[in-house]
This record gives sequence, C-alpha cells and structure tokens, in this order.
Amino acid sequence: MNKCVERLHNGIIKENPTLVLMLGMCPTLAVTTSAINGLGMGLTTTVVLALSNMIIAALRNIIPDKIRIPAFIVIIASFVTMMQLLLQAYIPSLYKSLGIYIPLIVVNCIILGRAEAYAYKNPILPSFFDGLGMGLGFTISLTIIGLLREFIGGCSVFGHELSLFTPIAIFKMAPGAFFVLALLTAIQNQVKLTGEKKGRDVSKIQSGCGSDCMQCAVGDCKDRVMAADNEKEEA
Amino acid sequence: MIMNTVRDLLIILVGSSLVSNVVLSQFLGLCPFLGVSKKVNTAAGMGIAVIFVITLSSAVAGAIYKYILTPLHMEYMQTIVFILVIAALVQFVEMFLKRFMVGLYQSLGVYLPLITTNCAVLGVALTNVTKGYGVLYGVVNGFATAVGFTISIILLASIREKLEYNDIPKPLKGMPIVLLTAGLMAIAFCGFSGLI
Repeated sequence: MNKCVERLHNGIIKENPTLVLMLGMCPTLAVTTSAINGLGMGLTTTVVLALSNMIIAALRNIIPDKIRIPAFIVIIASFVTMMQLLLQAYIPSLYKSLGIYIPLIVVNCIILGRAEAYAYKNPILPSFFDGLGMGLGFTISLTIIGLLREFIGGCSVFGHELSLFTPIAIFKMAPGAFFVLALLTAIQNQVKLTGEKKGRDVSKIQSGCGSDCMQCAVGDCKDRVMAADNEKEEA
Repeated sequence: MIMNTVRDLLIILVGSSLVSNVVLSQFLGLCPFLGVSKKVNTAAGMGIAVIFVITLSSAVAGAIYKYILTPLHMEYMQTIVFILVIAALVQFVEMFLKRFMVGLYQSLGVYLPLITTNCAVLGVALTNVTKGYGVLYGVVNGFATAVGFTISIILLASIREKLEYNDIPKPLKGMPIVLLTAGLMAIAFCGFSGLI
C-alpha cells in the first residue's frame, strides 16, 4: 500500500507533469481559458491515464517489445474514444467547450510517457496509482492555470462574476496562454537557479521538450522521461 | 457553382493559414514549434516536411472516413483509425523517400519521425471531419493549416536568431523568452481576425 501512496505523491508533487516536467503543453495552453475547463480536461485525462496504465500493466507480458508503441496507442485511443462518447452523452456542455482537444488526448505525451516509463514494467496496482497520481497532478496544475487566466482575463472564479477590476481580456485569449506559460517557466528557471546555488538536486526540473526537438529523433525525449524512474528502481 | 467552390476554398485557405493559425491560436504542434525553431534553415525544413505530411494525411484520412468508416457506420472509430493511419503513413513516406527520392529524403528525413506524434496532424484530420469537409476541402484545409505552421515557425526562428545576441535576464533565458515572443506573435496574428 505504501508504494501506491508514494506513486500518488510522486505524480502530484515530485514529478508534477505540468509544473515540473513540462509535458503535455498543447492541452495545457488550449483548454485553460477557465478553471472549469481545466478541471474537466484534467479529470478526463486522469481517467484515461489511470485505466490505460492499468491495462498496459496487465498486458505487459503479452505485448511484444517491438510493437509496444502501436499497442499502447491503440489501448489509449480506445479509452479516449470511450471518454469522448461518455462526455458527449452525459456532460454535453464540457464536450462542446473542450471540442477537438478530447480526441487529441491520444497524443498527449504524458500518457505515452507513463506507459513506456512505468506501466510496461510494473504490476497492475502501482501502475494504476501511478496513472492516478500523474493525472491528479495534471488536473491540479490545469485548474490552477485556468483559475489564474479566468481571474485575470474575466474577473471571475469558476464562472462566478466578481467585478473587482476591469478584466484584462487578453489573458483569456490565445496570447494570454503563452504569457502565463512564460511566467511559469520563468519561475521554474528561478527555482532551478537558486536550487543549484544551494546545491540541491534539480535534475528533475525540466522545460519539457523545449531543449531541442532534434534530439528527440535519437530517442532523447523518451530516455528523459524514463531516466527519472530507472534511477529510482536501482536505488 | 464552381465560383462558390472557389470562394469557399479561398476562405478556407486564408482562414486556416492566417486567421486561426494552427500554432498561435489553436496550440497544436507546439512541441516542434518550440523545439525546432532555433535556426531558420531547420525551421524551414520542418515546415516543408509538415506541409507534405499533413496534406497527404488529410487526403488519406478524409478518404478513409468517407469511403470506409461512414458506409460501415463506424464513425466513432475515427480517433483510433486516424492515429494508426497517420503513424503508418509517415513510416511509409519515409521508406518511399529513402528508396526513390534520395535527395528529398536527405533534406526531410530527419524531421519525419518527429511528425508522427505531432498533434497538428491528427488535429487537422479530426477538424476536417468535425467541420464536415469532403476530401477536396479537407486537403485544402490541411495544406493551409500546414502553411500557417510553416509561416509561424519560420517567423519565430528568425526572431530567435536575433535574440541570441541580446542580454536577457537570467530567469527568462531559454524557454520563457521564446514563449513571450510567441505570445507577442499571437497578438499580431489576432489582427488577421478581421480578414474574413
């Protein structure tokens, strides 16, 4: 049971996919126009992440190594399709506002990254909690970003108008997303700089694939996501 | 009749490349946009590879949707089918270029594996279906979207080349300043919204 709690803590705080690892930036920027959208997107991704992690862990001895990526993608895409149909039936308002970004959960690199880095080599229960932790970490950061953008851009919280100041509408539009993310990465850089000065281990703090995509071609991206977990298992 | 089609196609062309730019207003394909934009040369190479793949994949995905999924009433399978088709298509294009067009392969080959997981490719295929575009409209939309991607990545790369020589505050070095630049570009692109 300890391992499960450790996985949750790892996903939400230590290796928070958005704020620490900077993965899955497309949905993060696109859907966080309001807190409720961020929450909806985060929870949908959490369900897909936890369930697909569980199924991949269950099938890890059956899936051949060479075709594991296509197999992962089929499993993930099935769950995404299920979630899409469920949302369409039961929460049509959310389905409408998230639109094309629901099917695009398939190409969210957090999900494929977790499948490759954790679920493919670990038992079912820890994999489920790994997915749950990562998903909740994603949900929390998306909600916070959404709250921030909604508050500055529309002067409202979870859809409740506050009318405290004149809203800066640009924060709800596309450029605002870039500015908020720029702010987040700047804070991250600062934390990293002061951490290095004090001699802390900051190797896990990364600016996503921002370093250089060309290295991705030789498998750097994948290794980076996996490296963090490999270290832990060896220790 | 023909005039109407031409007008619609023109609207799609301008709308998808400039007004609702794939990166700057829809946030698709953000990873290559930020990752491969250090030099103008590589950015242009990436852009051309993306144009090539997106145009081709919207044709194939559109045809599969219209002639296979719709008659079988399996529209709900679109996400799974599209992602597999795109992955296979990129592999196939890579093999084809390697065998028959060596020159083109040498200039685009490095970018192709990066494109498989580019969400813009899947995004365009799904948008075409959502908006009810047929194969012809879908191909034009795909082409226009990819041109929009190329325009924005080349613009960003040229700005970043200049940024290299500037004195940037330490915490803003690297990603933050690039994102700020992208944000300013997004504001500029908002100006296109009056075009249609």
